[in-house]
Amino acid sequence: MKVIFKTSYDNDIDLHEDGWARGKIALLLAVMALLPFVVGEYYLAEVTNTLIWALAGMGLMLLVGHTGQASLGHAAFLAIGAYTDAALMNIGVPWLISFPLAGIAAGVFGAIVAIPAVRMSGIYLAIATLALFVIVEEVIIIAEPITGGVGGIFAPSIDIFGIDFDRYSNLDNFYWLCLVVVALVTWGYANLMRSPTGRSFLAVRDSEVSARALGINVTRTRSLAFGLSCAMTGLAGSLMGHYIAFFNYELFSIFISINLLLVVTIGGLGFIQGAFFGAILISAVPQVISILRDTLKSSAGIDLSMPGLDTLIFSIILVTFIIYEPNGLYGRWLKIRAWFQLFPLARRDMFRRQKTYVKTERMK
Amino acid sequence: MEIIQLIVGGIASGCIYGLVALGFVLIYKATEGVNFAQGDMMMLGAFIALGLVNSEYGALAFIPGVILAAAIMGGVGYGVDRFVVRKIFGQPQFALVILTIAMGFVFRFVAGAIWGFTPLVLETPFAGKVFDVGGLIIGYEDVTTIIVTALLTMGLWAFFQFTKLGLAAQAASQNQMAAYIVGVPVHRVNSMIWALSGAVSTIAGVLYASKGAIDPNIGLLGMKAFAAAVIGGFGSLPGALLGGILIGVIEPLAARYLPGGFSQMSPYIIMLVVLVTRPNGLFAQIYAKKV
Repeated sequence: MKVIFKTSYDNDIDLHEDGWARGKIALLLAVMALLPFVVGEYYLAEVTNTLIWALAGMGLMLLVGHTGQASLGHAAFLAIGAYTDAALMNIGVPWLISFPLAGIAAGVFGAIVAIPAVRMSGIYLAIATLALFVIVEEVIIIAEPITGGVGGIFAPSIDIFGIDFDRYSNLDNFYWLCLVVVALVTWGYANLMRSPTGRSFLAVRDSEVSARALGINVTRTRSLAFGLSCAMTGLAGSLMGHYIAFFNYELFSIFISINLLLVVTIGGLGFIQGAFFGAILISAVPQVISILRDTLKSSAGIDLSMPGLDTLIFSIILVTFIIYEPNGLYGRWLKIRAWFQLFPLARRDMFRRQKTYVKTERMK
Repeated sequence: MEIIQLIVGGIASGCIYGLVALGFVLIYKATEGVNFAQGDMMMLGAFIALGLVNSEYGALAFIPGVILAAAIMGGVGYGVDRFVVRKIFGQPQFALVILTIAMGFVFRFVAGAIWGFTPLVLETPFAGKVFDVGGLIIGYEDVTTIIVTALLTMGLWAFFQFTKLGLAAQAASQNQMAAYIVGVPVHRVNSMIWALSGAVSTIAGVLYASKGAIDPNIGLLGMKAFAAAVIGGFGSLPGALLGGILIGVIEPLAARYLPGGFSQMSPYIIMLVVLVTRPNGLFAQIYAKKV
């Protein structure tokens, strides 16, 4: 265990504990930036997809993990981001303007929705967002002149100062673009979490009553969190639109919302890193399943091409995590790391959960 | 005449939403958790009944088949609580939400693996028969649905109001720890309520199946039942039924008189309006704590 010698009060809220932690992040970024020279086209596309999912996951993480509000309809905000961006670009707005606008549109919509929604507690909010999702989906179908209705819409390729960022002809460029966006958002998110605003999110999550007693405007904080969360998800949606290139409302199904929940829960609620862990898992598992399926079919002759097998495996992973490791992959990693750091002093029951009782929500 | 016809049909389908919503409310009333797999439990119940009753599968008589199916689903409900939900006892509600969503997918996979994804029709004794009341055509299945729903709601209400188990369940939900202290076996009560909810959802599934073909994706109906439960205010049995009927009536009316798309949105728009104006539903169960 390393002890940090603190020489100023600011050390307590530093983004990185020491130079070593900073160096690790820099190394990770460097490796990610050099990735297009190492891996092939197929895997690069998968990594891009993972980055986009991580961005969307961070959006939901801010809401679920850091403010303690559930949303089952985040696919709606992905859709708003994607459609805003594509529709603006189709009338000739450059990407550099339409991309932030997509985020702002999703964020503002989210914040407006949040004002009535934050008055509701836990379960009501979850159901309201689910209803919102259904309504947005129907509106997309009805608003055909803008969204292309059932037929779908084409997201034009990105062009910044003459450099082409098309997903198919110039995947490397598109990958770097996604990487830059994700890195910037992550940096902003991490900084947000050490600002007073971020701290008030945590306070609201842990206890609304005490947050209010400390002078936090709970309604404002929750709407702000909702808006920021939706904005991040909207940005991810816009990138996802460009990644798919041609999409209709079916891209943003209820399963996307559930996959996003999967990302944050399996990754680890309340950790930014969790969104990345979760995104890696959910983009890797279908690949692993299909590889397994092919090997089984060619070597043993077992045909596993059942419909819904992927969702079944996801569900089982999810159930296992919720029961046995509610802190997700990142939480497990922290425990393993603590075990090694304390070696050989780690005790068996160090992380044992206390017996808890449900607090009724009918008495707030 | 047309409008009365629409309303009668709406009430019948609303009763089914209401029945599924009753399943939610049962579990919410007793365990303060929300079971997002309720729609899929309804689907599974309908399929088990189909497996027992239809001539190419079990070929049992209709009534014993349905009762047996309800008993089996009761067992499934008990098992789900005993072996899965109990493991996360005391964790925040959000965990249960995700857990039950995942359980719903498992149910859907199971039903799809056994009965396939092509729509199937449950053989019912009242298929095709109608009452003709002065030009008003009412199907036997609609009448049965309304009567069964009314009886079940009254029965469940009496259960919570007058039986020991019902009172214990209410106590467990209002204050889990205090219920423990006064000797309520909270775990077992929860499991029993889950079993009851499984049985109720089977009845809902059978009634739904009597009106048309079923496939493993009908569980998505659960989302409309949610809207019903929310409109009524989670935790109120008559409220859930009323919410279901409201949605059931408005849906066909919106489909008939409003432009396309509104019919699908209408349950959720009503629900959002209710949530915005009365955040805890029409029959509120949430009170602010007095300090």
